[in-house]
Amino acid sequence: MNEVDLSGITRRFGRTARRDAWWVKPLIVFLCLSSFVIYVTWAAFQGKNYAYGPYLSPLYSPELFGDSPHRWLGPKPGGWPSFLPWSPALLILWAPGLFRLTCYYYRGAYYKAFLVSPAACSVSEGRRRYTGERAFPLVLQNVHRYLMYIALIFLVILAHDVWTAMWFTDTRTGSSSFGIGVGTMVLAANVVFLAGYTFGCHSLRHWVGGIKDRLSGSPVQRQIYRCAGCFNRRHMLWAWMSLFWVAFTDIYVRLCATGVWRDWRII
Amino acid sequence: METVTFQIWRGGPARRGGLAGGGKLVDYSIPVSEGMVVLDAVHKIQAEQANDLAVRWNCKAGKCGSCSAEINGIPRLMCMTRLKDLPLDKPVIIQPMKAFPLIRDLVTDVSWNFRVKKTIKPFRPRAADAADGTWRIAQSDIDRVQEFRKCIECFLCQDVCHVLREHHLQDEFAGPRLLVYTAALEMHPLDVEDRLQDLKRAQGIGLCNITKCCTTVCPEEIRITDNAIIPMKERVADRYYDPLKRLFRALRGRKKN
Repeated sequence: MNEVDLSGITRRFGRTARRDAWWVKPLIVFLCLSSFVIYVTWAAFQGKNYAYGPYLSPLYSPELFGDSPHRWLGPKPGGWPSFLPWSPALLILWAPGLFRLTCYYYRGAYYKAFLVSPAACSVSEGRRRYTGERAFPLVLQNVHRYLMYIALIFLVILAHDVWTAMWFTDTRTGSSSFGIGVGTMVLAANVVFLAGYTFGCHSLRHWVGGIKDRLSGSPVQRQIYRCAGCFNRRHMLWAWMSLFWVAFTDIYVRLCATGVWRDWRII
Repeated sequence: METVTFQIWRGGPARRGGLAGGGKLVDYSIPVSEGMVVLDAVHKIQAEQANDLAVRWNCKAGKCGSCSAEINGIPRLMCMTRLKDLPLDKPVIIQPMKAFPLIRDLVTDVSWNFRVKKTIKPFRPRAADAADGTWRIAQSDIDRVQEFRKCIECFLCQDVCHVLREHHLQDEFAGPRLLVYTAALEMHPLDVEDRLQDLKRAQGIGLCNITKCCTTVCPEEIRITDNAIIPMKERVADRYYDPLKRLFRALRGRKKN
């Protein structure tokens, strides 16, 4: 019998007896989320090439103020600070961004990947002080439910963008006609993925029925609650699919607008 | 038969500090056969090489929750961990649960869980539905909490939870198992007791940062985080962190805990 002395076990960062590649998952999450944040920040500050024909990038929707035909209220507001670069995305992107930032799934994911709290299950953090989500600033994660309400409004707006993306304007006559292009499908898939993600939100599930102990007397509410539960079971999958597809949709519209890609009309 | 080396933690509570005390990993090599689980290997070692090896076990069927340990660093039931699912080209490391005080070898003192459990407000049903003193419950209302009744109290979720394991906040945080227990009571369609204040303060639900490690290790596959902890966090948020709901409660004249 060989004896291995392990009396030196301490709370050193990364210390674990795990034999698997526990660091792979947090590393992938770190790379994916970092890439997304970098791309979205870059795209948001561009302030151009976010619309092409009837298509509007979801990073810029709703376009409250701007120069494209999709704008709601008018051009760039006169009181915009001169030191801040202008982009219509800066007015609205905080809402979906904070919705994801405070999402229960993403919280668990980035606590591991970015804050290493812990990096993986049963892997030492090496951190002495821990206050969890009951102290500032993480106690602010409880604002998630309000952001969920806003996300639902965004979903309606993005669905309307898909409808708009079905009406193509003839540049010669100025008349619009119904049609479906690849871009329409890309925008529609974006709404589907975002809906799957939002409908599985833990706060939404609580709001539509989780708050109650008895739903048997409310068959419609019970059905809605069960439906939210179905989406919730795949919340992580919806979260990643919608994240990638939002970025891809922006890339698609941007490349069409710059003439790199050609949008094919299906109908 | 293939020979496999097991490194088993051997040590007692000689010095304060559990594993950091006086224990060590000891190598044992034994021949293994098809179908063996880790607990079989431990029993074989106990019978043939280390008669004084302390190990807690009972049903060997994943239902009593006694043989919890850390196998290659991951909290698991020894009786439900097949050797064929482990990399046997390297020694298999078997250690006691690290979140609890070590008694000896693979046996830990999990009595803290039961002490905390006693502090949770018990089931308090509403007034009886019928004149004969009985109640009526719809199956659809009880489905949600029946998932929590599958818990076998193996305490693997408590062991893997970094709040208990790493930060030793046992005085401030009840841990996943007891949050599941509280959720089962709080979400029960007959129960009228209010445990939200306790959830926030005594049980420290805000300390959970939803890493879902408890869900990952649960041998009964209870969705601890999604179905128990987060719904309780949402109810606590309703009460303490939602200004609009607070306003509505104030307008309706409801008393806050």
